[in-house]
Amino acid sequence: MELILSAGIGALAASGIYLLLRPRTYQVVIGLSLLSYAVNLFIFSMGRLRVNAPPVLEPGGVGDLLRYTDPVPQALVLTAIVIGFAMTALFLVVLLVSRGFTGTDHVDGREPPRGD
Amino acid sequence: MTDWLHHLLVLPVLLPLAVAAVLIPIDERDRTLKGAIGFASTLVVFIVAMILMRLAAAGDGSLPGDGVYQLGNWPAPFGIVLVLDRLSALMLCLASGLALAAQVYSMARWHTAGHHFHSLFQLLVAGLNGAFLTGDLFNLFVFFEMMLAASYGLLLHGSGPLRVKAGLHYVAINLAASSLFLIGVSLIYGATGTLNMADLAQRLATLAPESRRLVETGAAVLGVAFLVKAGMWPLSFWLPTAYAAATPPVAAVFAILTKVGIYVILRLHLLVFGTAAGASAGFGQDWLLAGGMLTIAFGTIGVLASQAMGRLAAYAVLVSSGTLLAAIGLGRPEMLAGALLYLVSSTLTIAAFFLLIELVERGRDAGADVLAVTMEAYGDFDEDEEEEEVGVAIPGTMAILGLCFCVCAILLSGLPPLSGFIAKFALLRGLFDLPEAKEASTISAADWIYVALLILSGLAAMIAMNRVGIRTFWASIEGTIPRVVVIEITPVAVLLAACVFLSFQAGPAMRYMQATADDLLAPLILSERVLSAPRAGGK
Repeated sequence: MELILSAGIGALAASGIYLLLRPRTYQVVIGLSLLSYAVNLFIFSMGRLRVNAPPVLEPGGVGDLLRYTDPVPQALVLTAIVIGFAMTALFLVVLLVSRGFTGTDHVDGREPPRGD
Repeated sequence: MTDWLHHLLVLPVLLPLAVAAVLIPIDERDRTLKGAIGFASTLVVFIVAMILMRLAAAGDGSLPGDGVYQLGNWPAPFGIVLVLDRLSALMLCLASGLALAAQVYSMARWHTAGHHFHSLFQLLVAGLNGAFLTGDLFNLFVFFEMMLAASYGLLLHGSGPLRVKAGLHYVAINLAASSLFLIGVSLIYGATGTLNMADLAQRLATLAPESRRLVETGAAVLGVAFLVKAGMWPLSFWLPTAYAAATPPVAAVFAILTKVGIYVILRLHLLVFGTAAGASAGFGQDWLLAGGMLTIAFGTIGVLASQAMGRLAAYAVLVSSGTLLAAIGLGRPEMLAGALLYLVSSTLTIAAFFLLIELVERGRDAGADVLAVTMEAYGDFDEDEEEEEVGVAIPGTMAILGLCFCVCAILLSGLPPLSGFIAKFALLRGLFDLPEAKEASTISAADWIYVALLILSGLAAMIAMNRVGIRTFWASIEGTIPRVVVIEITPVAVLLAACVFLSFQAGPAMRYMQATADDLLAPLILSERVLSAPRAGGK
């Protein structure tokens, strides 16, 4: 499971960074989203991967302190997801405004001399 | 009595947050009302910050609850705490003072340039204050994002293609930096199992070697996120464009945004990688030193090369950041107090300069800058014709603006007698005032390069300000006299007066900075205080 998760995070981060460096604003937005997915999964994995373990407490009793999943990273991920969503939405608005002003979706607001 | 004093700690965050929410439904046409409410809120925050600084300055024991405020009454490693010490009190004061000046300035005309200016402004203040107060890494992320979200809105305030383009880049680079922030924080959590800064400082000393590598990686990634914000050289290309494009009151508060990055680096570096950190002590110092020096060099070249005053000010921000980063990187405890004084002085100066630029440029034609450069290259065209004009009366407005400009120039270039000089002098004195033996051999090459850069950057600022000043005030081309409202020039004057005050009161100011530096150098005392703070209600 560790291998699959780390490969997944790696693929997401790599494609995210590639897209982030592309010249079109839409690609940048998608790149930032992919990057934030990668980061969210990464935070999640920092609580160590455990299957079938309760977060601190068992239902109907006290849990076993040797066998539980760390709930803190999950809470952190939630916060990060919310903030990431809000920021992506804001970025989309800026993208649209920029498109409206310049008539192009290039990140610099003007087309390079000869198309890319 | 002490009970409500204790709650003052959370007020700089809660009040602007609440006021921002209150301001949203008020109709945009009632700008004066919105402005008045916003102003009242910032003023209260400023007064609270002053009270907190007085309490912090008085020393141990005088702070309510030992300067620790447990949110939700959860004790330290488990809950989130707000921590007030001398450094955070100082930053609170600086931030709210700047915000107050910028807000008064904006009420003359700039707040009409777009919607929800005052709400965004309050959110920025709340985010800033939160970032300075929090004692928890993840909470720092939340406040950081709050501050950034508000700053995106404020940068775009006033709209226009130039601002939108700068805003697009600014948002993109900060979102990428936020990802790095999260990676760093989660790495540190994964390795140490704590997010509380105080707890982290204690756990780091006794960390297993295999975890230590992870923590250092996490701290490095985290550091990059803050260095983007602080504008260290290879990460700072977005900064001049964004700062020059922002509306003047926004650019003035942005002057403190870079200092948030510096603040966090200063705090975390000394808390986590201070002398008590065992094998990790001094981690990443060389990078800070090299990066800081390169930033000074880059900023200096930028200052000399800029033609527009806005860009000049933005590059001055970089010089100030670089000076501080390199001072941290040198790792001399004696320099810390000087660095803190420099932080305060340079931030106030640059903010005042940003506000002043727009007033000065108001009277100039759009093409004046280009024309001025052409004239510089090819010589003045009509040198002989103006000889008859002996003693042209300088209009009163221009005289006041010119005076403010002069003070700015003196402060920026660090000439005596104002605080810019005192701060730089304190930095250099800290560098050469070695405790053990005052021998030249203990001063390394890096120190000499730093000294050279510090002095050269001052010289460059002097040259650039001279050039711009002569072009603007003495040889302005067909310039009309700008119409300046009292509430626009007052904030500039007050900010500069604060610098002058800092020059006259340099003794007490340096004593405060020295006490702050001593606090920072003994981080375990603070972390003991945070971890052993009693819960409210005494249970």
